[in-house]
Amino acid sequence: MNLIRAFALAFLAALVLLRSAHAQESPYIVTYDHYLEEPGSLEVEYFSTFGTQRAGNDFHAFWVEFEYGATAWWTTEVYLDGQTTFNDSTIFTGFRVENRFRLLQREHFINPVLYVEYEQTSGADKILKEVEGHDVELDYADPNWLARQEHDHELETKLLLSATFKGWNIAENTIATKNVTGGNPWEFGYAIGASRPLALKASANHCNFCRENFIAGVEMYGGLGDRYSFGLPNTSHYLAPVVAWNLPSDWTLRLSPGFGLNDNSHKFLLRWGLSREFSGFGSAIARLFGGR
Amino acid sequence: MLCHGTATRNARRRNLKLSIQTATGFRAFCASLTVLAMLSVGSSVARGQKDSGRSENVLYAELAKAPAKAVSRRNPLEHDPESAAAGAKLYGLHCAECHGPAGEGGQGAKKGPSLRVDEVQQATPGTLFWLVTNGVVRRGMPVWSKLPEPERWQLVDFIKSLNERPKAAPGSGKP
Repeated sequence: MNLIRAFALAFLAALVLLRSAHAQESPYIVTYDHYLEEPGSLEVEYFSTFGTQRAGNDFHAFWVEFEYGATAWWTTEVYLDGQTTFNDSTIFTGFRVENRFRLLQREHFINPVLYVEYEQTSGADKILKEVEGHDVELDYADPNWLARQEHDHELETKLLLSATFKGWNIAENTIATKNVTGGNPWEFGYAIGASRPLALKASANHCNFCRENFIAGVEMYGGLGDRYSFGLPNTSHYLAPVVAWNLPSDWTLRLSPGFGLNDNSHKFLLRWGLSREFSGFGSAIARLFGGR
Repeated sequence: MLCHGTATRNARRRNLKLSIQTATGFRAFCASLTVLAMLSVGSSVARGQKDSGRSENVLYAELAKAPAKAVSRRNPLEHDPESAAAGAKLYGLHCAECHGPAGEGGQGAKKGPSLRVDEVQQATPGTLFWLVTNGVVRRGMPVWSKLPEPERWQLVDFIKSLNERPKAAPGSGKP
């Protein structure tokens, strides 16, 4: 445990020492494109989701992401999830470890990335980072004391396909998830997104409100049932405009109001996120431990 | 009284559960940071080992791999008077960290090759555009196709103008 604490302290010390780096972040909150974190850089992200809930209390779910570019073709991430259900309680709901691997060295018209995630969450997790299987609004109506008694250990895989053409990014994610505890079947889901910067040419001056700093788009995501009942019945789906503001001060803000598309979906999800990229994280940590 | 006793016990149990959950959360948090830190040390050391044995010629050799169609592409912004200045801004934001503030090559852990050498300066704009777009992923340079095409051409304009510009004073951080 002492070693773990030492590493955790070193991590936080490195963050303090690091320089920030400018990132050109996509506006998506659920969908992934094929761009990975720059090698050696660490992106720290905070996201919030406010959701309306029929037959239960509205909620505010939140998560922190640490996204590290291990190499130019491999990005690894850790998520920590929590939520507040109004008139109920605030709880930690689990963690996720995620890896993304770029499959092709060069750019192609369609660029595939393999995504592998392990998550250990409770049934009270409400971040809705992805929607899969027969996830429906009613699943989130239980009070926290009851929902947290369910423990999920999930293996989640995605094939991320993404293309960039004339400033537009089009991304499609196919999701396959298996809860490894119990005999649950493989569940499926999807996320698709399209986005474009408001200006394709950069201006010569540093500016906060230049159009090139804004990327706008839309994403749609939902479940596709499971191995035994594949398809749209008893699934939920969302459509969400998205916008990202990449500030020259190295911060990125994202905002996305999402709308449920059927009766199984939450009527409204308001998501926002704040992130900052730090360069040279890997070498800073290595130096702290006597490396080069 | 019995009810009161049961309620107290339940409350104690709930508190115990909450503290266990909190402790679990803290442990998960520390463990997550540990995994990231170990990964970053590992990958950094691996990169360092690669760097020590690296020949910049290998990276410059990537330029020769540009397909003929890419090599012959003309820069649509070559007559744009603001293009190189905008490219300088983009270079400062995205490239200077590895290639140095004035393109003289990076130092330290993120050591990218100099962009002032003949191999780069004599390459066609189309070749440089191709390299910026595709990166050299296995050698650590990410793809930059997330920058829109006109921005990549602005970068190329700036890179081609590097030898007309003075080398940056050490630590100036400005291209």
